[in-house]
Amino acid sequence: MAHSGIDILFQGQNFHRFLQGFGVTLRVAVITLLIGGVLGIVLGALRTLHNRPLQVILRLYLEIFRIVPTVVLLFVVYYIVPQLFHLDMSGELVAIVTFALWTGAEMSDIVRGALIAVPQHQVESAQALGLNRLQQLRYVLLPQALPVALPGTINLATRIIKTTSLLLMISVMDIVNVGQTLVEANSHQHPAFAFWVYGIMFIMYYILCAPLSWWAKRIEKQRLERSNG
Amino acid sequence: MAEALLSVRHLEKAYQKNVILTDINFDVHKGEVVALLGRSGSGKSTLIRTLNGLEPFQKGELRFAGEVVQPKAATWLQLRQKIGMVFQSYDLFPNLTVLDNICLAPTKVAKRARAEVEPEAQSLLASVGLAEFADRYPRQLSGGQKQRVAIVRALAMHPEMMLFDEVTASLDPEMVRGVLDMMVDLAKQDMTMIVVTHEMNFARQVADRVLFLDDGTITADTPAEAFFTAPPTASAKEFLASMNF
Repeated sequence: MAHSGIDILFQGQNFHRFLQGFGVTLRVAVITLLIGGVLGIVLGALRTLHNRPLQVILRLYLEIFRIVPTVVLLFVVYYIVPQLFHLDMSGELVAIVTFALWTGAEMSDIVRGALIAVPQHQVESAQALGLNRLQQLRYVLLPQALPVALPGTINLATRIIKTTSLLLMISVMDIVNVGQTLVEANSHQHPAFAFWVYGIMFIMYYILCAPLSWWAKRIEKQRLERSNG
Repeated sequence: MAEALLSVRHLEKAYQKNVILTDINFDVHKGEVVALLGRSGSGKSTLIRTLNGLEPFQKGELRFAGEVVQPKAATWLQLRQKIGMVFQSYDLFPNLTVLDNICLAPTKVAKRARAEVEPEAQSLLASVGLAEFADRYPRQLSGGQKQRVAIVRALAMHPEMMLFDEVTASLDPEMVRGVLDMMVDLAKQDMTMIVVTHEMNFARQVADRVLFLDDGTITADTPAEAFFTAPPTASAKEFLASMNF
């Protein structure tokens, strides 16, 4: 297997570049989850209010970000927003903005679902104590809703990580883009090299997503056991 | 007689076309205990819930401490600090310890210092024999203990009036006494109370007056003793008989 190409992985800067790609993927995913998560909690809380125009707007926002493929959203922000507003945005920033808006939409649905799952009498006893809506959310509803929302949020996190592979489309050097570059540069001499590159990608994504997926399953199971007990 | 603490005039409530309460009129004076009795579905719970704005009403007027209550959110927020309420379902917040449940509203709503509220909460808990439960979570308490904590939680706001909506209805029979005793003690301390209950012996023991509701209307407003010894209407008589009283 001397010429299978695995040695090319470790030539020069190749493996280092791969790790850098891994870092970009991780960074975009984490920042997206943080911003999108906070946005989603705020929007999810707003979606429990009985205000018709607000509900229509938030629902529309959710549907647009759900129906339009993320790659299209990414292109819209990448090509149109900078021209429209004369902004100079790096590819990574474009991606974070787009993914965070998408994550916020998805997250708002998870949070809303968890909030309305809190029994109505919890809301009423908070009201009866004189808590205003914001205090009800902060001290009573969100602390009870967020554990319920956690498995869904973790699953969303794995989707975010996988969606970062779209970074390739706007020339950000994430795992996929680094791998693609390496394959294109070397597959002439070593056709089997691609196998190693995609193998590494597989392992890297697996390392990021598998523990999350396992964690989500575990806490969901614990929660069900507790609620049945 | 002095001015009523709470007075209700021509109150009417409907869900869409469905009229629940019609022309409700009554006064509650300071220190008075009023039992609100009636069959299931007569509107007792709905009536008590309109008194602190949990249910909106369409017509009529509420006055509290002489002031007309404007039925809007800001007024209710203010009023709920003065009117405590305990419900049938256990509604301690499961995410907070017993002590935090009690301290939440006094610190966040009444904006009092935690250092001042906490000793008071502790002594309130001690007075109902629950001192050692301060740091536990609601799920570690029995139903009766939860209800006593819920009453303490409402009292920690220093309310001028308390509303009790069938607070013993979901308790196991052996838990009921402890909760009722606590309410009897409150009545002795001259707390103004409106009590919805199915415990006739308790109502007779604690109440100064009985309001009897029939189909969303008050059909009797009489001193408690008179209500039980000589029910003023045929319907009230039937009701007491059905409660095996």
